[in-house]
Amino acid sequence: MIKKGKPQKVLILGSGALQIGQAGEFDYSGSQAIKALKEDGIKTVLINPNIATIQTSEHLADQVYFLPIKKEFVEKVIIKEEPDAILLGFGGQTALNVGIELYEEKILEKYKVKVLGTSVETIKDTEDRFLFSSRVEEAGLKCALSRTVHNIEEAKIAAAEIKYPVMVRIAFALGGLGSGIVSNEIELVEKLQRAFAFTNQVLIEESLYGWKEVEYEIVRDKYDNCITVCSMENLDPMGIHTGDSIVVAPVQTLSAKENFKLRSIGIKLIRHLGVIGECNIQYALSPTSDDYRIIEVNARLSRSSALASKATGYPLAFVATKLAIGYNLNEIENIITKETSSCFEPALDYVVLKFPRWDLQKFLKVNTELGSEMKSVGEVMAIGRTFEEVL
Amino acid sequence: MKHKKASLILEDGSVYAGYSFGYYGDSDGEVVFNTGMVGYPETLTDPSYHGQILVCTYPLIGNYGVPGKKVKDNVLVDFESDKIQVKGMIVTDYSFDYSHWDASQSLHEWMIEEKIPGIFGVDTRAITRKLREKGTMLGKIICGEIHEEEFNVEDPNIRNLASEVCTTIPKLYRKGDKKIILVDCGVKNNIIRAFAERNISVLQVPQDYDFAKENCSGIVISNGPGDPKMCTQTIINTKKAMLENIPLLGICLGSQILALASGADTFKLKYGHRSHNQPVNEMGTRRCYITSQNHGYAINSETLSEDWREWFVNGNDGTNEGIMHISKPFFGTQFHPEASPGPDDTEFIFDMFVRALK
Repeated sequence: MIKKGKPQKVLILGSGALQIGQAGEFDYSGSQAIKALKEDGIKTVLINPNIATIQTSEHLADQVYFLPIKKEFVEKVIIKEEPDAILLGFGGQTALNVGIELYEEKILEKYKVKVLGTSVETIKDTEDRFLFSSRVEEAGLKCALSRTVHNIEEAKIAAAEIKYPVMVRIAFALGGLGSGIVSNEIELVEKLQRAFAFTNQVLIEESLYGWKEVEYEIVRDKYDNCITVCSMENLDPMGIHTGDSIVVAPVQTLSAKENFKLRSIGIKLIRHLGVIGECNIQYALSPTSDDYRIIEVNARLSRSSALASKATGYPLAFVATKLAIGYNLNEIENIITKETSSCFEPALDYVVLKFPRWDLQKFLKVNTELGSEMKSVGEVMAIGRTFEEVL
Repeated sequence: MKHKKASLILEDGSVYAGYSFGYYGDSDGEVVFNTGMVGYPETLTDPSYHGQILVCTYPLIGNYGVPGKKVKDNVLVDFESDKIQVKGMIVTDYSFDYSHWDASQSLHEWMIEEKIPGIFGVDTRAITRKLREKGTMLGKIICGEIHEEEFNVEDPNIRNLASEVCTTIPKLYRKGDKKIILVDCGVKNNIIRAFAERNISVLQVPQDYDFAKENCSGIVISNGPGDPKMCTQTIINTKKAMLENIPLLGICLGSQILALASGADTFKLKYGHRSHNQPVNEMGTRRCYITSQNHGYAINSETLSEDWREWFVNGNDGTNEGIMHISKPFFGTQFHPEASPGPDDTEFIFDMFVRALK
């Protein structure tokens, strides 16, 4: 029961036009968010230029603005609609980036728009690679050995220190754009010349090529109740972007010790960061020992969470919205079973597999090798009783 | 590869025909199901499954093989007891190939060594549905052809199962200065490990050992198989201990024994709670935890006396998940704070109990 503090009108940032790394997956999360708010009698305003998505249909949000997800347009809508709160986590990376801009430029403060769910400070802790490594270290956990660099010279020094091969990662990027493994200084410079064209922060990391890639969807409420709703394992190891990998739920090759250890680590980190709502955490797990690294945390709904929701029947976006408004995890009804609460980690008696779909002939002269930059344009999901069946 | 036939026959006459893996031999017991998706080495060696045939709802079993028998502080690292405790294992898809850096053999090989039969190639969802509908049932595993014979399976729950799995002599695990008595009713190794990690010595004693006069900082009554009412001597001993102010912690069966010793009542659940994802709500707080559970009986909270309170309640079906005395350091948890396999959300119970030790 929320006795006070419930918002009256919430602005939701959608995900925008279809691109690689941002597509139909966010249609699902935004729609669920709107339904959750409406159930609580809250007015909803949606900004999303995508005319071809269910989310922008007439029967969902009270008001829809087919505008680009850009700071200037969002500000105009805020002035007109006067919402008292905003949801940033349901429109993927685009919405998050714009949300951070609005916060930093004090636009949200000016118009008294409260950020629901995970705070912008926490979002920045997960997006800014340097802040992220610090937070992980503070919690006594491990993340990939890395250095943040702002120019090519700094990068050369960092790579020499970490030792080749190294992973180059671009901060705030969509679908791993611009990132990849480089084996020597020449490849490093080539990669960075392109990277510094659209960002000023790059991470040089130890290469975990070949390590198992595992992810968990975690949910947390403001009373510190925290659970993992779904575990997933990528068939393709570290080095291939998750969006381009075959993903299986639940994890298949992890022992109970490994599975529950990663679960505890995730919960510990999410509690330390202060996420409220839903987030995704990715790990690299050694195939020859129980060593691990935390790769990243996405403090927002993602394509993995859309897959996880469908795989488990646990409506992550719906629950995340309720948590953002301020509900206690165990008082949110599970709308799928209708009998139990949302404080529940689904146990599957089947296997789910996601297979990416590519359309590479659309792009001229593109390298058809898979790597850490996402290239797929869609995905297919299968449910069955054995791995062979779903594949 | 041609597999030999094996079938599961339930007491209502239904037959599930599949193939044999593990030991090729017949078996019988109470048929129960567990929904855990990982953790079969720990689950199979949990003494609480003594007398039971385990059906795994998760379809793919055996993926990561079975680890070796490493020992630390005199306790096996990767198993909950020294042998496989189930009478048999029923799965949908057994993986004859396994892949894991820590595996030393396959599940199939291990089960042959331990002489425990398994069946694969059956629809575990159908079996589970039946068990949920009708309640747990007695069953038989028959290898090869089925011949017409009488279904003569004895219900294991009429015996004192705890006495069949507990240690026969006291064993001391020396660690720190403080010592607790662990009343072994079928204890899982992770309870011993939990205290060892916290630098507390553990004196593990048989379930009927008279511990009331023993010098110690606290007493833990362990988990175990079967009906708590069969542990008559343990209940008598617990009543005596409760007259002193010595800190008591009951885990799973132990919690039920504590309740019975205090005058409350227990009952049999329709098909039990056996999983790693049971939500429990802590009464009087906004906290909820995900717990590991394996019990077929529960405390009837309406029969708790004036001095006892419900501490935890199951988030799904409202059954009792923990009890606490209002003035004395007596605690009981129906779930497994030591998990293994399972989430460690409630491991704090051990820290809390250690703080309460004399």
